[in-house]
Amino acid sequence: MQASILVFPGSNCDRDVAIAFEKASGKKPAMIWHGDSTLPKSDIIVVPGGFSYGDYLRTGAMAAHSPIMGEVIAAAKKGVRVLGICNGFQILCETQLLPGVLLRNKTLKFICKTTTLKVENNDSIFTKAYKKGENGNYFADAETLKQLDGNGQVALRYTENPNGSANDIAGIFNKDRTILGLMPHPERANDSVLGSTDGAGMFKSIVENL
Amino acid sequence: MKTNIAEKNMPASFDLHKTAAEHGMKPDEVALMVKTLGRDPSLCELGIFSAMWSEHCSYKSSKVWLRKLPTTGDIVICGPGENAGVIDIGLGPNGEKLAAIFKIESHNHPSFIEPYQGAATGVGGILRDVFTMGARPIANLNALRYGDIKHPKTKQLLAGTVAGIGGYGNCMGIPTVAGEVNFHPSYNGNCLVNAMTVGVANQDKIFYAKAAGVGNPVCYVGSKTGRDGIKGASMSSAEFNDNAESQRPTVQVGDPFTEKLLLEACLELMATDAIVAIQDMGAAGLTSSSVEMASKGGLGMELILDDVPQRETGMNAYEMMISESQERMLMILKPGREAQAEAVFKKWDLDCVVIGKLTDTGRLVVKHKGNVEADIVVEPLVENAPQYNRPWEPTPKQAEVNAADYPLQGTLGAALETLLACPDLCSRRWIYEQYDCQVGADTIATGGDAGVVRLHGSKRGLAMTVDCTPRYCFADPVEGGKQAVAETWRNLTAVGAKPLAITDNMNFGNPEKPRIMGQFAGCVEGIAAACNALTYPVISGNVSLYNETKGEGILPTPVIGGVGMVEDVSKIARINAAREGDVVLLVGETKGHIGQSLYLRELHGKEIGTAPTVDLNAEKKNGDFVRALINAETVPCCHDVADGGLLVALADICLASNVGIALEQAENSAAYWFGEDQGRYIITIRAHQYNEQAIFDAAEKAGVEIEFLGFMSGQDIKLDDKPIASLATLRKAHEGTLPALMES
Repeated sequence: MQASILVFPGSNCDRDVAIAFEKASGKKPAMIWHGDSTLPKSDIIVVPGGFSYGDYLRTGAMAAHSPIMGEVIAAAKKGVRVLGICNGFQILCETQLLPGVLLRNKTLKFICKTTTLKVENNDSIFTKAYKKGENGNYFADAETLKQLDGNGQVALRYTENPNGSANDIAGIFNKDRTILGLMPHPERANDSVLGSTDGAGMFKSIVENL
Repeated sequence: MKTNIAEKNMPASFDLHKTAAEHGMKPDEVALMVKTLGRDPSLCELGIFSAMWSEHCSYKSSKVWLRKLPTTGDIVICGPGENAGVIDIGLGPNGEKLAAIFKIESHNHPSFIEPYQGAATGVGGILRDVFTMGARPIANLNALRYGDIKHPKTKQLLAGTVAGIGGYGNCMGIPTVAGEVNFHPSYNGNCLVNAMTVGVANQDKIFYAKAAGVGNPVCYVGSKTGRDGIKGASMSSAEFNDNAESQRPTVQVGDPFTEKLLLEACLELMATDAIVAIQDMGAAGLTSSSVEMASKGGLGMELILDDVPQRETGMNAYEMMISESQERMLMILKPGREAQAEAVFKKWDLDCVVIGKLTDTGRLVVKHKGNVEADIVVEPLVENAPQYNRPWEPTPKQAEVNAADYPLQGTLGAALETLLACPDLCSRRWIYEQYDCQVGADTIATGGDAGVVRLHGSKRGLAMTVDCTPRYCFADPVEGGKQAVAETWRNLTAVGAKPLAITDNMNFGNPEKPRIMGQFAGCVEGIAAACNALTYPVISGNVSLYNETKGEGILPTPVIGGVGMVEDVSKIARINAAREGDVVLLVGETKGHIGQSLYLRELHGKEIGTAPTVDLNAEKKNGDFVRALINAETVPCCHDVADGGLLVALADICLASNVGIALEQAENSAAYWFGEDQGRYIITIRAHQYNEQAIFDAAEKAGVEIEFLGFMSGQDIKLDDKPIASLATLRKAHEGTLPALMES
């Protein structure tokens, strides 16, 4: 299983998610600079959290137009799996690989707290039980929300919504369930000494199913 | 080129004394400047002198006192004087020798004028101080002080500064893991924002500011220079009057995204051997960085300002030399390495421009548009900086308070509820949830006595904390200074860490007042005594004076940042680790000292009495005893007894662990439960591991006082089998205060 992790100027969870993949697969992920225009052969492409381009203009908006994203979109369309976490989720929405947008938190403040998630659909290479979380409030119009529910595209919901996201959504799939975007950080719940290993299930399930 | 600099570069109507006064220089300092130069200065030179001789850059009022602090020790690699202090922390996961690099710094004046940017650039500045030495920052901490919670400005200052700290640190991807907050009317006109960064470097890759190599290129990297922050160093070296708002243009504007790029670019270039010396452009920007690097290397420097990347048009030499635009560094490169450096910085979309060279003249020569704008011999600019041994008077002793005069006026439970809800003790959740405390995936503990961050890839970690109790320092600067150091030592010990070294942030009022200078002198004496007794040196620090508005000074606030070593992060003690059935013990002697206690202040409205004394001998014995129990995995839960006293500390454990306590004490006096005697810890031990005989024998052998308090049990705090408060009630009171203030 070969993972490729994108690095944008301002990414800051790239190292953490690389460690999580290496721990699960025993193999170092390839770190791909945003300015590159070719992707190595990858089983999964990871768009990590952080503040790509300083969140300027709109979160994820500038990264979505980075040279490497054209390659990511082409690969995704061929069925290569894509995982976007936090700012990475925002970037995937901006590129329209996933429907909807991320708004500012209802409180307009950054939120860092541990949160419990409910796995809504475990019929994907990504999902097993996990927890933990952060910033960014998922929003989509009523019609899209209905479709997400109807198609089994809601991957994860908050049991106690910290940020005001629509229908308590914490993570969604594309229709084919080859792409997952989520706000919480599973890579931070991947080590018992850090307080939780509930995120490890996601990396384990990706490695076992790819 | 013109050589008569002053004639060429000063406006004809120039009044030296008036212009110098506008830059915060005193008449005798102007005379000293003219004598040093041997002529009148140009405007650019005046800017350079006034910045270098400002309180902020020269420590002119504090230096004679700071020399009394112990700054050496077996583990100290670099003490005060560099961008940050460096200590040896042993081996890393791959057998490499590691160093911890840390410092605390204030951004008080800017934060009061413009809370978001003031606090944000405070974080940005201290991060640069640490990574300019070659360290990757692993954690941020902050110590915050605001005015009365009811004061109309408090809410805005708290909201703005917290958002600024979070905005900068979160974007940088550095976790904020610990901090402290106080509210007191003495800060109504001067809030304090002290930010600390801890970084880790390879001992073979530590970078210093000492320039070397005549002819070597001087390279400017990072953001472009604008007019922001001009005269910032002078502004923060003066008192406020009514027009603090009008000083907003002197506050810098931060851009954490650029700083994140600067961090990665600097570390990438530092991994090569291209850099000779590097220094961040903090207070007084290009002036202090160029002068300090030249001075440390005993060399001269020539700068061509035409080549400085500029954000605004028409900037003159004076403006460029004292601008405090953020996210900039000055580097000395090895000859021929310019292209290598440029390539790295270009990758990160940052400017990297050679703006001068090192010379053997010993002079700082600044050229712009073909003119020499400044030509100053460096050594006297640094060495002749004014130093004051300012008059001071000892702080008068306060009268002792007789505890019997201040008995409980209601129930013990009601007093506890009042204390847990008071601004200085209430839950800080509203604040810390705005900080990313987990990024980096190495944060082992937050929210307890100290933050703990794992050394990447290792089972070892660093514990860190910031502490000060200003009301003690006001009542008795010597005891207060000792207490601030001892409390950090205690907080590190309470997680099981071995305390290593400290950084200090001396926040005081106007040093020209003998009363204030007396507070400073007393606090330094106390800090030095505690550092010596605990073998706990000062490796870096910062002084912030003139924290006064309309003649009213703040409480003396010498904030101490402590760092300690955790040998195995899986074995730390945690405040939230108490479990039903645990035996609860108190280590340390309880005398019932209520002078200057929060009980007196919150329940009787009195800020009176002596500060509690710190018995440094008992402090060390008690701490060593507790640490050994934690390291032996006998004690899973520990919390020091601090503000609010014993019952508050017990309630902290109960709320964090979500289990009540059944206390078996005959005592019910306020002095016993709320007195603030020092050097105490609460520890819990699992019932099945508890050997009463063994632990009391060990305590006796160690000369440590120990007392049985009760058992963790249920969902209430009970005294002698009678409930005095339910956790639900206490939690509601404790959690409600800040949201009620901020969301009203």
